[in-house]
Amino acid sequence: MQTKEEVLSLLSEIPDPEIPVISIVELGVIREILLEGTHIEVFITPTYSGCPAMKQMEDDVRKKLSENGFDKIKITIIFSPAWTTDWLSEEARLKLQNYGIAPPEETTSDKSFLTNSKKNITCPRCKNKNTVMISQFGSTACKALYQCKECLEAFDYFKCI
Amino acid sequence: MIDSLYNYTLRLGDTSLILAQRLSEWTGHGPFLEEDLALTNIALDIFGRAKGLLEYAAKKEGKGRTEDDLAFFRSDREFYNLLITEQPNGDYAKTMIRQSIIDCFDLLFYTELAKSKDLTLAGIASKSVKEIAYHKRHSFSWVVRFGNGTEESFSRLQKGLNEIWAYSGELFEMNEDDHNLIKEGIAVDLDSLKQKWESEIQELFKKANLSIPETLFMQQGSRKALHSEHLGYILAEMQSIPRMHPNAKW
Repeated sequence: MQTKEEVLSLLSEIPDPEIPVISIVELGVIREILLEGTHIEVFITPTYSGCPAMKQMEDDVRKKLSENGFDKIKITIIFSPAWTTDWLSEEARLKLQNYGIAPPEETTSDKSFLTNSKKNITCPRCKNKNTVMISQFGSTACKALYQCKECLEAFDYFKCI
Repeated sequence: MIDSLYNYTLRLGDTSLILAQRLSEWTGHGPFLEEDLALTNIALDIFGRAKGLLEYAAKKEGKGRTEDDLAFFRSDREFYNLLITEQPNGDYAKTMIRQSIIDCFDLLFYTELAKSKDLTLAGIASKSVKEIAYHKRHSFSWVVRFGNGTEESFSRLQKGLNEIWAYSGELFEMNEDDHNLIKEGIAVDLDSLKQKWESEIQELFKKANLSIPETLFMQQGSRKALHSEHLGYILAEMQSIPRMHPNAKW
């Protein structure tokens, strides 16, 4: 018999398949856990509708749980409430930055991300704000591509949604 | 009622699926690397939406089919995607003008659908709205850029619009399923979106110096699963592997 908190800490050992420095719990995609003895149901929400890492996350969760004594595992994908970068913890943001990915700088409540705001993204390497967007769409659905005009490095920015 | 909900969800799923399949044809053929990535990402978002919708349609149908069965084991006369989504990509200008027309509609549509009394549709819609906002910003900015670029880029954009415009009317077509579901608070009343869409599209066209072609009629047919000749080729490419190897596993 395990508690929800224990299950959460188990799941915290699973890295995001695309950004292995943060866990799927820190990413905020684990929305709910229902426990009944060795039966468990985990609700996961995708970051983006077509996120190709979803299947991997599902498999990883299933594997982790079955290794830890659960014999009936159900994983349910939910779309509502829609995932938002607001759910990324401060710690996760710092980890992203140290990994070379600029964390989302806005919150979704200021709708500036929709209106092409000129908010400057900080370069995760040299911390300079003199950066420019190269493409709204980066290496994965959740990222945009930026370049730092000081150190000239291109970097990923975790888009704010 | 169940049937209307199935038909409605299937239609939305098919529209997303065929659009995503069309856009993914640009993968590896984009005008430059960043655009290649952009369109691939956009197609992926739309595929994700299609998966959610077709999964729900399959569930509502209740015959034990899955979203993959619906995507890969139906023929063209069983697809209900909007005709605009199956039109050939043409050059990048044509793809972007088609996309801007659809993105503008989709943002209005899914914003309303997010308020649906059907919680599954509302959930999928609320997720999609965030993504479509990005797509729209992308396609709109390209239309403005092509429209104000060179004589060549402008003429290609106008040509693309001339070819695609007759398929825009169908966006607002409603049938019995829509009316049944609107009464239930499930479907979106498309009449309520039209004015807003027209004014946004006209504003965009103005910025890109485009003129709306004089069209004698708007193409219709998808509500009855009647398609242009292009859909068969799309399905042939999309479905050949699963049909050749049914039950194959990755």
